[in-house]
Amino acid sequence: MTDSKYFTTTKKGEIFELKAELNSDKKEKKKEAVKKVIASMTVGKDVSALFPDVVNCMQTDNLELKKLVYLYLMNYAKSQPDMAIMAVNTFVKDCEDPNPLIRALAVRTMGCIRVDKITEYLCEPLRKCLKDEDPYVRKTAAVCVAKLHDINAQLVEDQGFLDTLKDLISDSNPMVVANAVAALSEIAESHPSSNLLDLNPQSINKLLTALNECTEWGQIFILDCLANYTPKDDREAQSICERVTPRLSHANSAVVLSAVKVLMKFMEMLSKDLDYYGTLLKKLAPPLVTLLSAEPELQYVALRNINLIVQKRPEILKHEMKVFFVKYNDPIYVKLEKLDIMIRLASQANIAQVLAELKEYATEVDVDFVRKAVRAIGRCAIKVEQSAERCVSTLLDLIQTKVNYVVQEAIVVIKDIFRKYPNKYESVIATLCENLDSLDEPEARAAMIWIVGEYAERIDNADELLESFLEGFHDESTQVQLQLLTGIVKLFLKKPTETQELVQQVLSLATQDSDNPDLRDRGYIYWRLLSTDPVAAKEVVLAEKPLISEETDLIEPTLLDELICYIGTLASVYHKPPMSGPPLTTSSVQMGAVDLLGGGLDSLIGGTNFVAPPTAAVPASLGAPIGSGLSDLFDLTSGVGTLSGSYVAPKAVWLPAMKAKGLEISGTFTRQVGSISMDLQLTNKALQVMTDFAIQFNRNSFGLAPAAPLQVHAPLSPNQTVEISLPLSTVGSVMKMEPLNNLQVAVKNNIDVFYFSTLYPLHILFVEDGKMDRQMFLATWKDIPNENEAQFQIRDCPLNAEAVSSKLQSSNIFTVAKRNVEGQDMLYQSLKLTNGIWVLAELRIQPGNPSCTVRAPAPTLRPWSLPFVPCQGVVLVEDAVQASLQAWLEPESVRSLKRTFLESFHIHPVRLPR
Amino acid sequence: MIHSLFLINCSGDIFLEKHWKSVVSQSVCDYFFEAQEKAADVENVPPVISTPHHYLISIYRDKLFFVSVIQTEVPPLFVIEFLHRVADTFQDYFGECSEAAIKDNVVIVYELLEEMLDNGFPLATESNILKELIKPPTILRSVVNSITGSSNVGDTLPTGQLSNIPWRRAGVKYTNNEAYFDVVEEIDAIIDKSGSTVFAEIQGVIDACIKLSGMPDLSLSFMNPRLLDDVSFHPCIRFKRWESERVLSFIPPDGNFRLISYRVSSQNLVAIPVYVKHSISFKENSSCGRFDITIGPKQNMGKTIEGITVTVHMPKVVLNMNLTTTQGSYTFDPVTKVLTWDVGKITPQKLPSLKGLVNLQSGAPKPEENPSLNIQFKIQQLAISGLKVNRLDMYGEKYKPFKGVKYVTKAGKFQVRT
Repeated sequence: MTDSKYFTTTKKGEIFELKAELNSDKKEKKKEAVKKVIASMTVGKDVSALFPDVVNCMQTDNLELKKLVYLYLMNYAKSQPDMAIMAVNTFVKDCEDPNPLIRALAVRTMGCIRVDKITEYLCEPLRKCLKDEDPYVRKTAAVCVAKLHDINAQLVEDQGFLDTLKDLISDSNPMVVANAVAALSEIAESHPSSNLLDLNPQSINKLLTALNECTEWGQIFILDCLANYTPKDDREAQSICERVTPRLSHANSAVVLSAVKVLMKFMEMLSKDLDYYGTLLKKLAPPLVTLLSAEPELQYVALRNINLIVQKRPEILKHEMKVFFVKYNDPIYVKLEKLDIMIRLASQANIAQVLAELKEYATEVDVDFVRKAVRAIGRCAIKVEQSAERCVSTLLDLIQTKVNYVVQEAIVVIKDIFRKYPNKYESVIATLCENLDSLDEPEARAAMIWIVGEYAERIDNADELLESFLEGFHDESTQVQLQLLTGIVKLFLKKPTETQELVQQVLSLATQDSDNPDLRDRGYIYWRLLSTDPVAAKEVVLAEKPLISEETDLIEPTLLDELICYIGTLASVYHKPPMSGPPLTTSSVQMGAVDLLGGGLDSLIGGTNFVAPPTAAVPASLGAPIGSGLSDLFDLTSGVGTLSGSYVAPKAVWLPAMKAKGLEISGTFTRQVGSISMDLQLTNKALQVMTDFAIQFNRNSFGLAPAAPLQVHAPLSPNQTVEISLPLSTVGSVMKMEPLNNLQVAVKNNIDVFYFSTLYPLHILFVEDGKMDRQMFLATWKDIPNENEAQFQIRDCPLNAEAVSSKLQSSNIFTVAKRNVEGQDMLYQSLKLTNGIWVLAELRIQPGNPSCTVRAPAPTLRPWSLPFVPCQGVVLVEDAVQASLQAWLEPESVRSLKRTFLESFHIHPVRLPR
Repeated sequence: MIHSLFLINCSGDIFLEKHWKSVVSQSVCDYFFEAQEKAADVENVPPVISTPHHYLISIYRDKLFFVSVIQTEVPPLFVIEFLHRVADTFQDYFGECSEAAIKDNVVIVYELLEEMLDNGFPLATESNILKELIKPPTILRSVVNSITGSSNVGDTLPTGQLSNIPWRRAGVKYTNNEAYFDVVEEIDAIIDKSGSTVFAEIQGVIDACIKLSGMPDLSLSFMNPRLLDDVSFHPCIRFKRWESERVLSFIPPDGNFRLISYRVSSQNLVAIPVYVKHSISFKENSSCGRFDITIGPKQNMGKTIEGITVTVHMPKVVLNMNLTTTQGSYTFDPVTKVLTWDVGKITPQKLPSLKGLVNLQSGAPKPEENPSLNIQFKIQQLAISGLKVNRLDMYGEKYKPFKGVKYVTKAGKFQVRT
């Protein structure tokens, strides 16, 4: 009798039959029916129509049946919220059951039902369960808090569950402690600013005690939590390390790797002279090696991490080279990683072994692996100088095999070896030339041409060789064409007499017959150089080249240090610091985004006091040349906001070409009718075509994230520029940045990944429904404590209240009310940020008295800024937004802020309940 | 934490899904299928795949893919370990971890998954505990259940969840009290063309089968504990005792479990029990080649080497092989190009050999690479590292248990390059 029978009924009336069975009087039949329902559910069939019938089976004393019904409920409650309510009573009753297993089961299931109405009823039972006498119930309840937080964070805060959860860290039962830590870590991840896990020596001590006794999974959570702690001195670091070290012998590899993370991180604090430091280094090697005897998937993750560890501390594994030797039946992803680490560990001491292995690999079947092995030989030559000769001869042996892709890879790496050790191995050129005809990959052809051009004086028939390439010039890839052009020019400079014709030919091919602007430009440059001053041309073209760096593929030290803190995480697998990328966007935030749009439109259509002038026809003749900064939103002469929305700063260079291998990125941020976008300008200043662009943001204060992939439709040819508008959303992961509006961006192309950071103007985050209701404004205004108030003045801004109001409105800063007190115009402004934070302000305008005081906010305040602006036709915008923001962050600089502003503001940031 | 789990068979059907948080659509697996398509071999599917909104972390076990969906930052090793634990549990409950077994027990599977993970946090993964919560299926029990109407689910709280020893249930009773240990060592080695060792190490485990009543407290000591410098312990072992006295002291789980695993690294000399003489050659411009291997004992410590099998992945251009063997039997699968030679025991008087002709596809270039030989063997009553158990003492209980230790050495990943 097996469960497969539950799958067999596929007749028409299946649901109908099940319904009848569920309502049967016979217990056994009922249970069988529920099992059938569950079986259908497991294969993704929709059995939600049976909801009421299944729920009816819930009140039973049969634990198995109860569990099955609970399983069903968890799956379908969301689609049938009204029905789910029917189950609430049973849940609440079960939470009082004398059997702790049932109490735990009930509270656990309730937490899984993501229906608001049920959540309301969950609070009381949960509170009881968190204080239950039975640790099994407590540990289940701890996890339930995390579930509830995911559904309704505010509720969890209001109900004080977070504090109870924090108390559970001191629970007597280690399993409860572990789950509390896990729950808190998960909550903290979605609320990076909240200081949930305030780690201090006392709580660390508790965690370390629990570490010894709880389950393997709990140990992982605790170790990951410990890794976030910064010990106050080296003694504390050492004592924590001592207590964590035993975890290195755990059978669970995740425990081992988390322990390695803690040790690697805290080791930074230990003095290298300490005996303990040496002991610790020795202790780290065996567990890392042991990870490599596990299943291939575990090996892969371990290898990615070891790759980081050997870059940071090569001494740990320097004697363990052999464990990274590749077995022929390793999966390819393990093979490639092992190879990478072998090269990182290669040194004079072990190079002979490594080379013998690499040579072996170069005869394997898998093409990708063979290619990488051949490249690895080249990398060894560049890394270990003493081995260069042996590497070259190994490569020559490989070339003798005549296997096409092996030969091509070998030639590519030999070119690099020439550049590292000039005038040493040129004797092999003859052998290389024999293989000229078999090269069909652009990279190999280009490498070969480079070699011929560079050493033209030693190759008797260099002109013939290059000429043979020239025949199919137009069919070659750009890479090869460029190389050929340069190669022939080099040849000409070296042997001018016999190659005149050849150079003429290539120059005319490049400049007259080619569509590629890069090729044409290079051709013209050479042409002019050669025709005006051959001596100078020689100096330029045949200039001594800088040696190539020893290891171009090392991870940059600061990034490496950051990644070491992420050992064991997904970041360590991708060798990229955590980005806002895939992870979670909570439903509440998404809802907020929808509201924002809807509300924004409403206020535009039915706004009471001030409606934005809808068609502010701003004639272009106002003489504000873009780029001079006049394109700001307080354009004096126009006096009205434009429909296109808020002020847009001119594009600034964010990533200079020299830092990004030729890719220059400049950009700015705009906000237009509810959508934020990042306007980018990508310029290719390199010599090769760029493709495969992608962009990603790090987590940031407001959860900005690309709403669409970076679309660069055609490959970006050298010297080409494209303009792209990248829509942004604010549903990404949130992490407080310093300064608040800092945005770290990674841009990828076929060449590399580049990182830069930029500051975005806060006003792009001001939402369209930022106009607060009058009553609400009044009530909130009164509730703001005085110490939260900040005040400053804007000098010399001869605008009247109307003009100011409409200008601000174009940036989504709304006037809620206006009054006149003793000749002064008082404007009450509100704005709302995308994350739901309201900012209120009072604007006092005194005609004819352009005075200014600027007061810094209390440190608890959330800084914000207004796009402040100009006076008397002279623009001072540049980075007004930036500057004012800075002012908020650093009170000192406020005094030095010699901005000319007109009004004085009272600003009260407050957070309203959503 | 772990969001969802999909079980996928080799033909790409999703035959089971389980969600611990909100439901994630099956279509997320398309990214997995895409990666699978790219990988030439099922074993080459990368274990971590990122998609626009999720990460997929998968393992490949017993011809099944366990694909988990992750939404927040989770240590990938944690997920992979957990997935293997799920597979282990299926194996433990149903005797095999196969699509058929899972489909036959789908409700138990669902109950198990629900019990093992709550909201993505592991809840109960110890076999001892799970078996108290959910009874494994047996023919007898299903008969009894259908007569008495009782269920598979236990309704008492397993005590292990509460005690400080979460791995052992209380109230264990046996009439015969026994404690057996298997010391199993596997040799991983790469031998190069000339017969010298490129790399060798020993992966050892001590598996225990403990059927002792009450709460026994055991101490296991070794004649030469110094050999064990790289060890992973079952959580039951008291680490401090090991550090100070090099004695394994523990209250065991009930039943079968892995006590320790250890590695004797390549720095120590690892004995290589067999040697292979080989000559494999392919002639240029002709459609045949020669194949000749002989296998013999090397450092076998006077024990018999048995259960020898040699597996060779021949190059693709090989059409067929005409071989004769002095011992055992061989098969060649012309589709997968795998040659398997089942040798059996080695008797030093007459060394087993396998030789003959290799037929190649005519016209194809001769293979660049020579195939590696994969060798399996077994040596009973020997731990090749020399590890020896000294004694086992029991405290805390009055009765006298039966005790026993067995040793066996096997080939792990033992490869000979030719």
